[in-house]
Amino acid sequence: MGRIAFLNANAAVAEAALVAGLGFYAGYPITPSSEVPERLSKIMPEKGLPFMMMEDEIASINACVGASASGVKAMTCTSGPGFSLKQEALGMACMFEVPLVVVDVMRGGPSTGLPTRPSQQDIMQARWGTHGDHPIIAVAPCNAQEAVFETIRAFNLAEKFRQPVVLLTDGSLSHLHTKIYIPDPDEVEIVDRAQPEVDPENYYPYDYNYEVPPLAKWWTEDGKSYRYHLSSLIHDKTGFPTVYPKYAQWLLERMHNKILNHRDEILKYEYYKMDDAETCIVAFGSTAEAARVAIDQAREEGIKVGMFRPLTIWPSPEEQIRDIASKVKQFIVAEMNLGQYKLEVERIVGGRAPVYGVSQAAGVLIRPSQIYDKIKDPSKRVEIGLTEEELKRFGGGE
Amino acid sequence: MGFHYELRFAGVGGQGSLTAGTILAHAAVFHTNYYATQVPTYTSQVRGGAAKADIIISDTPIVFAESTNVDFFLATHQKAYDAYKGDLKKGADVLVDSGLVKVPDEDAKIYKIYEYPLVKVAKYEIGNVVTMNVLAVGICVGLTHVLDVEAVRETVKEEVPERFLDMNLKAFDMGLEVGEKFRREGPTKK
Amino acid sequence: MAVDYTKYLRMDKMPLYWCPGCGDGIVLKCYLEAIDELGWSKDDCAMVSGIGCAARVTGYVDFHTLHTIHGRAIAVAVGIKMSHPDKHVFVFGGDGDLVHIGGNHLLHACRRNVDVTVVLINNWIYGMTGGQHSCTTPPGAKATTAPRGSFEPTIDVCKMAIGAGAGYVARGFAGDPTRLKKLIKEGLEYKGFSLIDVFSPCPINFGRRNKLGDPAKLLEHMKSFLVSSAKAKRMSEEELKGKFITGVLHKDTEKPELTEAYKSIVEKAQASDEYWAKYVKGTLSESDKNKITREELKKLYPYDVETPLKQWKKL
Repeated sequence: MGRIAFLNANAAVAEAALVAGLGFYAGYPITPSSEVPERLSKIMPEKGLPFMMMEDEIASINACVGASASGVKAMTCTSGPGFSLKQEALGMACMFEVPLVVVDVMRGGPSTGLPTRPSQQDIMQARWGTHGDHPIIAVAPCNAQEAVFETIRAFNLAEKFRQPVVLLTDGSLSHLHTKIYIPDPDEVEIVDRAQPEVDPENYYPYDYNYEVPPLAKWWTEDGKSYRYHLSSLIHDKTGFPTVYPKYAQWLLERMHNKILNHRDEILKYEYYKMDDAETCIVAFGSTAEAARVAIDQAREEGIKVGMFRPLTIWPSPEEQIRDIASKVKQFIVAEMNLGQYKLEVERIVGGRAPVYGVSQAAGVLIRPSQIYDKIKDPSKRVEIGLTEEELKRFGGGE
Repeated sequence: MGFHYELRFAGVGGQGSLTAGTILAHAAVFHTNYYATQVPTYTSQVRGGAAKADIIISDTPIVFAESTNVDFFLATHQKAYDAYKGDLKKGADVLVDSGLVKVPDEDAKIYKIYEYPLVKVAKYEIGNVVTMNVLAVGICVGLTHVLDVEAVRETVKEEVPERFLDMNLKAFDMGLEVGEKFRREGPTKK
Repeated sequence: MAVDYTKYLRMDKMPLYWCPGCGDGIVLKCYLEAIDELGWSKDDCAMVSGIGCAARVTGYVDFHTLHTIHGRAIAVAVGIKMSHPDKHVFVFGGDGDLVHIGGNHLLHACRRNVDVTVVLINNWIYGMTGGQHSCTTPPGAKATTAPRGSFEPTIDVCKMAIGAGAGYVARGFAGDPTRLKKLIKEGLEYKGFSLIDVFSPCPINFGRRNKLGDPAKLLEHMKSFLVSSAKAKRMSEEELKGKFITGVLHKDTEKPELTEAYKSIVEKAQASDEYWAKYVKGTLSESDKNKITREELKKLYPYDVETPLKQWKKL
């Protein structure tokens, strides 16, 4: 059996990573994500697992890529500025097609921004942060319990699709302690990367016969040694560089298709009171919790409103949103940024319904009352939901 | 709605008033079949400044952990009192350190103010200023009956370092007595 | 007996990519001889490189190889070594890659004394990108980005590595392969971080641009900057100015190696349960009467969403 605990989402992510089979952690301290390495530094040595604090954000993700390529489940954790620094190596992980989990505890940006305050400003960065056409999976849990489940799922997706997965939480989840359940490893489904059926001499790391080719562990438990080459250059099935246009196109298309063709396994979403809804709130992460309260309140007054909550942010749930667009009168996208996911919803909805936004990048949570006000009058701009008394507490900023 | 209780523990960074909140939250989760949330202010933000932890204890799951109707407020520093009294509900129980916090007269009309020399008692009567938190927890439980005494006592045993255990249990019992006395006699500042 | 190099090379990737007169092939040969003398199985060897001419080595050696991004090879190697302390991990790279853009990782690998062997092919120039000046380009030397000669001071990588705490630091020369092999071999054997800084000619992008003549003449030019450690002992500080000392410059047999140091932390952690006891609070055992029920879990996670739990896919 697992155990009941009273933890914030950072600690929950750390615990869940161990349940999922984390074998290597490398990181760099950054607010508000530091509880993740702090907790792991206590537990990992007790389990005999390597834990490293590296010299910088770049080194930490690179060390994780090295560990993962050699056959170990690896994770690194950061926040905004660190996520920016990690982008190049995130692209390498995409290109190598090595499993990796990168946790981004979103704080207010840009630049150093609001280090101790929550935001959801890295949504587009999670998708397009590293250069070039690369596939990505990003998931966003709404509370610490879901962070446990989604961390395990992030590891599973990474292993199954040979793909880095970004886990997006935020600065408020990293403070909020709640009662959660941490399952034992034998209680949950755990996916390990597929291993080749062929001997080392017949093995290709990018075998054309597979959509997701098996990624051989360098050293197997039965003493085999798979020696092969991975390159950050465009490569053919052997892993060696090529500039042959057909192979370049193939590689990128396969890398995208391995995600896009398996949306049914990757996408996860929640419909909340959507059956008869005329207004659809789209919200994720901690904002979704505020939306839930607002919807309950509006429903009591007979307003037909519901929520579509994507847990998988990338790839986006296009089919589901398009389907909702044919049924509802309007969308309201609530997010702690200036409308990043709203852009994506607008793209998918394609003008079939108006898309409004509660777009707040103020470093404070969107409150249920703000979403409630927006439900009442979507065309009206919603002000920052703080009382004079609360604003006084922030100090400065005349 | 069933049982729902909001507490706020505030002090200045380094005083450790946040630990008091942790003890109550753990008592609710691990020793009472309750749900709880705890939101501390972030440490790097409050070095030496006013810090607080909001605790919500409830018999049903808590969806949006926002403390807007605080039932019990502990303030161990003037800065903390001034900064965080905003969300108290009318008639809330307010425990302050009589030596460090001066409550304005008009506040006593809205809230039930209990003054007690927490720091002084912890330091000179119990013997170590670190016991102040547990002393405050004792007073809180004695005054409000928010949780079962034994559940909290068990948690105190788990949370404090072993070498300070006897001292802390003494503080807890003293606090309970003071709290019960407050409960019988009413606010100290009228 | 002569070494059978084909044993260690991916022969289908021949011929080598490097220009005629390049020192990289010489260094690779010395390195393979050292590996052969040590009798290490290539199954136990992993090599990481970044980007650059020297970084192409990972394509040729038949080990577990990673051709990563510019500057980060040492960080990647640390990840591999920490995960597999019993394997041999190497890094090959140039001065631009390992010292200039990747200098921070080099410094900290030195400090950690992690058992990774770095062969730094120092040709004073960014060769692959077309001859731009790097942090090792001698002042006054011309480069495509320094048409009037570089105005920046250069760096003595070995001194930096010693200062940062590397366990083994040596400087070799592609023009002296017999000694170079010995230096590399000693570095490979050393249990800890070893850096072998190899002065190696780039006749196309350094020599030609600086009118230093054919590769043999370029070697002579490079050699004029070098002084053997034995000879350096007899020279004054004034005489040593602008010179680079070759040979084993530093060897610390006392400094603990990183994976060994971590092993002792693991032993310490496993001997005490201080954190485990603290965190495991709330553990529910099978016999526990408080065994969690679906209803209780449902309260913790009341959403209409699948969980990774085997027993209750949906709560």
